[in-house]
Amino acid sequence: MLSKIVRTVTNEFMPFILVFGFYIIAHGHLTPGGGFQGGAVIVSGVVMLLVAFNHQEVKQVLRERTLSIMESTGALIFIALAFAGIGAAFFYNFLVGTPIFGRIPPTGPNPGDFWTGGVIPLMNLAVGLKVIAGLSAVVLAMAIFSSGEEVEE
Amino acid sequence: MPSLITHSPILIIAIPLAAAFLTLPIGMASRKARNALVIVSLAFVVFLVFALARDISINGIHVYTLGATSPDLTIPKGFMVPVRIILEVDSMSVLMGIIWSIVALAAAIFSLSHIANETGQNRFYTLLLLMVAGGFGIMFTGDLFNLFVFLEITSISGAALIAFRTRFADAQEGGFKYIVVSAIASLMVLFAIGLLYAQYNLLNIGALAQVIQYTTLDKIALALLVIAFTIKAGMVPLHLWLPDAYSVAPASITGMLLITSHACMYAAFRVCFTLYGGMLNTPVVGWIIIIFGLLSMFVGVTMALIQKDVMRFMSYHAISQLGYMWVGVGVGLAVLGNAGLVDSYGKAAMSGGIFHILNDAMYMPLLFFIGGALFHCTGTRDFTQMGGLAHKLKWTTILFIIGSLCISGIPPFNGFSSKILIYESVYQFHPILTIAGIIVSILILASFIKVFHSAFMGAELSEYKAVKEVPRSMIIAMVILAAGIVFITLFPSLIVNWTIHPASDALINQGGYINAVTGAIP
Amino acid sequence: MEHIPFNFPFLAAALLVGISLYIIIFKKNLIKLIMGVAMLASGVNLFLVALGYRAGGASPIYTNVLERPMVLPVPQALTLTSIVINVAVLALMLTIVIRIYRHTGSLDSEKSRKMKG
Repeated sequence: MLSKIVRTVTNEFMPFILVFGFYIIAHGHLTPGGGFQGGAVIVSGVVMLLVAFNHQEVKQVLRERTLSIMESTGALIFIALAFAGIGAAFFYNFLVGTPIFGRIPPTGPNPGDFWTGGVIPLMNLAVGLKVIAGLSAVVLAMAIFSSGEEVEE
Repeated sequence: MPSLITHSPILIIAIPLAAAFLTLPIGMASRKARNALVIVSLAFVVFLVFALARDISINGIHVYTLGATSPDLTIPKGFMVPVRIILEVDSMSVLMGIIWSIVALAAAIFSLSHIANETGQNRFYTLLLLMVAGGFGIMFTGDLFNLFVFLEITSISGAALIAFRTRFADAQEGGFKYIVVSAIASLMVLFAIGLLYAQYNLLNIGALAQVIQYTTLDKIALALLVIAFTIKAGMVPLHLWLPDAYSVAPASITGMLLITSHACMYAAFRVCFTLYGGMLNTPVVGWIIIIFGLLSMFVGVTMALIQKDVMRFMSYHAISQLGYMWVGVGVGLAVLGNAGLVDSYGKAAMSGGIFHILNDAMYMPLLFFIGGALFHCTGTRDFTQMGGLAHKLKWTTILFIIGSLCISGIPPFNGFSSKILIYESVYQFHPILTIAGIIVSILILASFIKVFHSAFMGAELSEYKAVKEVPRSMIIAMVILAAGIVFITLFPSLIVNWTIHPASDALINQGGYINAVTGAIP
Repeated sequence: MEHIPFNFPFLAAALLVGISLYIIIFKKNLIKLIMGVAMLASGVNLFLVALGYRAGGASPIYTNVLERPMVLPVPQALTLTSIVINVAVLALMLTIVIRIYRHTGSLDSEKSRKMKG
């Protein structure tokens, strides 16, 4: 547990980090970024929490069961989206042309249209969810383990 | 049914992947439901692989494009080269797929009781199913970078499974060695992929095979790819990680790791025969593979003679058997440029090597499972301290006798069938190879007699009076593999004509592989 | 900018790979070995990104830029996949080293070896 200044600043900064991370995940089909990169940014916020507070306090907020279920949900949404286009082929982009994310992107340099990309932004969200849960579990397990306790099931 | 066969390459990869992520929530609810999910999904995958094999024997190479409007649209309108990730399954790939599905099912059934007392079993089955999906990806893909990704998936889940029983210090050490060696080998593969992409702007194996020339950078890429895949497949002198990793893993995982080594050997053959084909200097590369295969045969069996740990003993024998396969297919590679020699003995040598892959995948995991069963019963892996176990472990003794007769090449078992095919064909290439193979077989038989006598024969020891027969699911798993051995023993020519000769034809026939990808009509 | 030769990124990648191979072979501390593997990964990733660069090219975010050639986007996708895989590999290696330290009390690879022959 570090000093009160560090704890207060961490508390103030976490919403900005979360918003920035979600921005990177959501705009993966327009700007550099995507599921893994945004998830890694959010996990760096979790690491900041782990450094500022004790791992016991963080463990009460991010319970291990919740992280497992979030991780499995992210992976299953990804595989379900991949199976949904099985009428044509696996991973077929069945949302192109439909109102949900279905517009065609304009050519040439442009500010970018958010509602393009088809099934790709949804897969970005699923991958982002999985990366947040997975990497947070890894970092949390290392923090608990290094301080001498045993990680239970 | 037809659409199931059309989509089967990706279903074979995607069903274990989906089941892996379903295991965690279902396992938190009920243990029996999780076990049922694992066994049912792997059994369905076995059925799909056999259906796909039958379809390939009728209709030829099966191509699947991910994400296109139709699964065989490899070159869309307006493009000159294949785009998108393409899975390409020919007879050799589906033979490896049959092996992997049967051994994965047996390993999962074996694990039901072998790890029944460990904590974190949900994670174990998740990692096992991820490893299964990764292995199928290596065998079915037609794209170099996809090969790299699935190679890494298999390596990471394999290393995590080796180090799974955290109370053993040597398991951690074996897992660490496995992941470091795998990471370095995979980075070498990625470097070679970068070199090939920089020159030809293509990642698809079929499309690359059409345009590749044998420039200096291509030679460097060939060297990196072959060395990386032979590191992962345990060829001497790059084998030093293999006994450490195989001996400390849970026994079902050792069986799966062995088939992963076979899959990396298959990837090396895919690079040499299909990607480079007649472009590379086949006598040189073939002789290098033959010499190191001979070295593997000898080093494996001589190091096995001095072991005391039963799993380490079996893993050195695994290195030796891998040497036989390298020699067989290496002879085929060395004569690839000369069509007359290929017909007279080259194809027979390759068939011998590939048949030995099939046989080794049946009896070597059986022997590893028996080692795990011995560890489960007696609590030690040191066979010099065991004795007189034949009185109590009747099923295990019979299966051990079957396994050791197979591996020594005693007629009429399946080990003999593939070894005689290798001996007769490589004799015409160079006689010393056959003589070396026969000497190694004799040494293998000697070492197995020693282990059998030490562990199973003799009077009952007092500290093993309470030992009972191994649990039923372990017996079922071992019987599945033994049934495969018996089937191949009774019908060897049937198996060779149905599966092995088409597989070696598919490896030699580079043109067919390229046409399936580039000649496909949208 | 004209004094830097065009293949400077490739020389840097080769230097990274060479130093990391030296570290992996000759250093005994397990953490240094993991750092060596991380450096090898960085070297290969740098090589992949550098081979896609086209001088004066546009960045591959837009759909169709007609005036100039575009930097190759495929090696950037390959590098991204490689970075993700290496994160997983490094996390696994570090966790196993923590367990080895718990069991044997030493990070020296000579002292924590138990299996020989």
